[in-house]
Amino acid sequence: MSESGAGGKTDRTAYLRIEDLTKKFGAFTALKDVTLEIYEGEFVCFLGPSGCGKTTLLRAIAGLDIQTSGRVEQAGKDISALPPSERDFGIVFQSYALFPNLTVTRNIAYGLENRKASRAEIAARVTELLDLVGLPDQGDKYPAQLSGGQQQRIALARAIATSPGLLLLDEPLSALDAKVRVHLRHEVKDLQRRLGITTVMVTHDQEEALTMADRIVVMNQGVIEQIGTPLEIYRLPATSFVADFIGTMNFVPGTVSGTDRVRLAGVDLACESDGLAEGTAVTVAVRPEDIVVRSVQGGEENALEARIGEMEFLGSFYRADLVSEGLGEARLRADLSINLVRSQGINEGDPLSVLLPRERIRIYPGNAVHG
Amino acid sequence: MVSTAQAVGRGSVVRPKVGRDDWIMRAYMLVIVLYLLVALAFPLYVMLSKSFETYAFRFDTVEFQVDRGEGWGETLNAMALGEGLGIVDPGTLVTTSDGRFPATSFFPDFSFRAKTLYRIRNTKEGSGGFLVKGRPATGTDWFELTSGEFRRVQIRPSQATGTGNYLSYFSTPALFTSIYNSLMIAVISTIVTVTLAFLYAYALTRSCMRFKGAFKMIAMVPILVPSLLAGIGLIYLFGKQSLVLKVAEWAFGEKTVAPWWDMLANGTYGPSEVYGPVGIVVASVFFTFPHALIIIITALSIADARLYEAAIALRAPKPRIFRTVTIPGARYGLISAAFVVFNLVITDFGVPKVIGGQFNVLAVDIYKQVIGQQNFQMGAVVSVVLLIPALIAFTVDRIVQKKQVALLSARAVPYEPKPSRRFDRTMFAYCCFVAFFILGVLAVCQYAALIKFWPYNLSLSLGNYNFDVMDGGGWDSYANSIQMAFYTAIVGTFMVFTGAYMVEKGKGFNSGRTGFQFLAMMPMAIPGMVLGLAYIFFFNHPNNPLNFVYGTMGILVICTVTHFYTVSHLTAVTALKQMDPEFEAVSQSLKQPFTKIFARVTVPVCLPAILDISIYLFVNAMTTVSAVVFLYSPDTTLASVAVLNMDDAGDIAPAAAMGMMIFYTNAGVRLLHAGLTRGLHRRTQAWRTT
Repeated sequence: MSESGAGGKTDRTAYLRIEDLTKKFGAFTALKDVTLEIYEGEFVCFLGPSGCGKTTLLRAIAGLDIQTSGRVEQAGKDISALPPSERDFGIVFQSYALFPNLTVTRNIAYGLENRKASRAEIAARVTELLDLVGLPDQGDKYPAQLSGGQQQRIALARAIATSPGLLLLDEPLSALDAKVRVHLRHEVKDLQRRLGITTVMVTHDQEEALTMADRIVVMNQGVIEQIGTPLEIYRLPATSFVADFIGTMNFVPGTVSGTDRVRLAGVDLACESDGLAEGTAVTVAVRPEDIVVRSVQGGEENALEARIGEMEFLGSFYRADLVSEGLGEARLRADLSINLVRSQGINEGDPLSVLLPRERIRIYPGNAVHG
Repeated sequence: MVSTAQAVGRGSVVRPKVGRDDWIMRAYMLVIVLYLLVALAFPLYVMLSKSFETYAFRFDTVEFQVDRGEGWGETLNAMALGEGLGIVDPGTLVTTSDGRFPATSFFPDFSFRAKTLYRIRNTKEGSGGFLVKGRPATGTDWFELTSGEFRRVQIRPSQATGTGNYLSYFSTPALFTSIYNSLMIAVISTIVTVTLAFLYAYALTRSCMRFKGAFKMIAMVPILVPSLLAGIGLIYLFGKQSLVLKVAEWAFGEKTVAPWWDMLANGTYGPSEVYGPVGIVVASVFFTFPHALIIIITALSIADARLYEAAIALRAPKPRIFRTVTIPGARYGLISAAFVVFNLVITDFGVPKVIGGQFNVLAVDIYKQVIGQQNFQMGAVVSVVLLIPALIAFTVDRIVQKKQVALLSARAVPYEPKPSRRFDRTMFAYCCFVAFFILGVLAVCQYAALIKFWPYNLSLSLGNYNFDVMDGGGWDSYANSIQMAFYTAIVGTFMVFTGAYMVEKGKGFNSGRTGFQFLAMMPMAIPGMVLGLAYIFFFNHPNNPLNFVYGTMGILVICTVTHFYTVSHLTAVTALKQMDPEFEAVSQSLKQPFTKIFARVTVPVCLPAILDISIYLFVNAMTTVSAVVFLYSPDTTLASVAVLNMDDAGDIAPAAAMGMMIFYTNAGVRLLHAGLTRGLHRRTQAWRTT
């Protein structure tokens, strides 16, 4: 699946092109033949669990840890072997890396010096940037006197001060409190849209990726699992890894029993079988919120008689374990709205008819076992 | 994993372009590597090869012909002649580089008045040859000489490579018993120092006694004086003219004290035995105490309070908590302290020189061989012997230190001691005792320096400060020492910090960086005496283009910077490791040269560490004796060496006076350093709040 280009095949020309990128640390392969195109003005997130290679990929793009083999092209120019100082990018790290002994103004002006700009021009640019990130009066403070969110915005201002063609964000929000994080998400995205700067962000937080990115690159163990818009990634996960990593997913083992039919332990379901041969062992996946409970008629397609096991209260809804003869040993988790539970008087142990909508079921070859 | 054919992905292999900054950093790193090679590796190598350099007379390659007025007689081999005469045996053949054998010895009938003519030649090119008409002859031509000329012919030894020096070392009991002596002294001193320092550190970290700051400061005092001053202090306290005895006589009357003193003095380890092993051990404990204390305090302060809470919750009795929590927590610190002390004691030269008397140890043997007997090869052999325990101690210490760091990184809740009257008082009393002893030794030295003639004329006088009329270089040596310490601090700090920066923040060029790290760690394992001797061999060699630094202030600075490189380097690396590694990345992305981030961010943020390094170098340059004792010239005598030489010449009071001058200088510089650091902290408080 290394070069799965499921999403984003458009006519636009690529601003950043990565070809067959491989990075090795001794015997360990951190990236394996990664190929990827990023378009001008796009906001792309590299998403994956820790150790998947997303930061390694970012650092290769920056030239901080140059790849073992493969090509990186920016704005039509091959930059594969160039040191960071000869590339065109601004970068923000999780640690902000603000210079502690310099004031906010001097931090932002750091990259503007030695560029034939006059003092007045630099001062004007710094003021402009401070306004842009919403901290107009903080110029004389030292980084340690600012909150985490403010520091992050200063780091952002410093990174875009020289108007680079590419903005790289390495887990920029991970060190912040949950509330500040949500707030900054919008600000960063808004800023990026206003400036139109091509941006790559590394994150392990799927919510962050889903809310901010134009396209998401899901990575696992050094390869790209899927590239696509947030909706594509969520709705049509290309692999069982993506299905499991993004959101919550039920996995039930089954076998392809005919064209567009799959057999679970005791029930036949209709679904897209993607041309898999009859008898292939598959994993059937369906999201808890896609399981229909309200007004299900027995005998309808993909209907299932079940009994409610444990119910877990999660605030705005209940997540209920469903036990069914049709599923065998497997359990399904279904999200039941508070409203439904209240109006129908659903309790643990009650029988229930549920429906697994045909177009919401995904199947993956092999018996993937997931937590 | 994948096979090598597949090892690289489909793309072409990338050879990263080396940027301008990278080239500059690599070039600079190479400069420092080159420095360490020249100032450390090459001299040591030369010394090692010297220890395998043997000299022996090769009489079998010397031939004579004699003309007693009847024409030239048959060719005579010197070896055959010598054997015939019974003047050659294996003992006379082995000699040193300066060995000479008069050619006339082969002719018992020789008379310089006779009209006999002599011919002499070498049969083998490259052997030692002989001195004829004051010049060395190593060719194979015959020299025809009158008896007057032949009288002055000296046969020179041939140089060879072999283990001969080692064999003669280990067959000379006077030499190899020093190994046992050195080890014994080092082991005993280590046990005593670590025990005392542990109790002191325990009092400082685990009790609620008062004046902890003062106690800590007093304990650091021995660092500020040359180790031999401790020896001088002990001589005054317990030597033949013991101050303790005089005070006791004054207090209790001569008659009361005499029998007690006799009993003590005539016992095996009585006070009159202060010259020898007991004196060495006590003085060694004195000067190594602060070194052990620093390490053990660190080890004890990283204790995790939660472990103690858990132990108390499990109702473990106090001795058990001590045994199962305190000791294991501090064990790496204790082991590390033990090896550091062991290394300091076994390589120290000042203490045994001053107070050792007839008790030989390795470090003094090197001095005696080189300065006393001019036997450089044997000096090299003793150096190699001394290097072995020092290297072992160093290696163990490094391994243990690594583990200690791992302990440190764990998240721990710092332990807060609770007041306990009895315990706090006991600890207070103990610390008072130690502090009193430390200050007492110094006070005695100062007192002795200020009186006219102990113990006969106790009137005060500054006569002992008239250094110019004594051996050792006079006041000039004091000025030289300050100059040397100043240069060492400036040059050393610059080199150490920039070097550490290159190795820590540079990219790529891993082989160069690994080599650098290794060279930077080496000086700690090399005893000062060994380094100094190695410098003689290397820099004094006539063919060395660097020969011009020999006998200058320059070589003293080079030697001292190198000698104390490791600790300074580690301080710098620790400070640099605490810097965010992304600073350089950000600076590069903003297209700024590394010199800018170095000057604008790295140096300001690391300034406290930089000051620490410079003060460390200054203080040690003021007190060091071992490395520079071989290297000073009449123009570059040093205060610490003056202490040694004046003591050697019997001017003990002036030696104490000079030692105290070093102490006051170092204490003054320390205070200045503390003031600077405090001012710096106040000025940078705004951004150091995190």
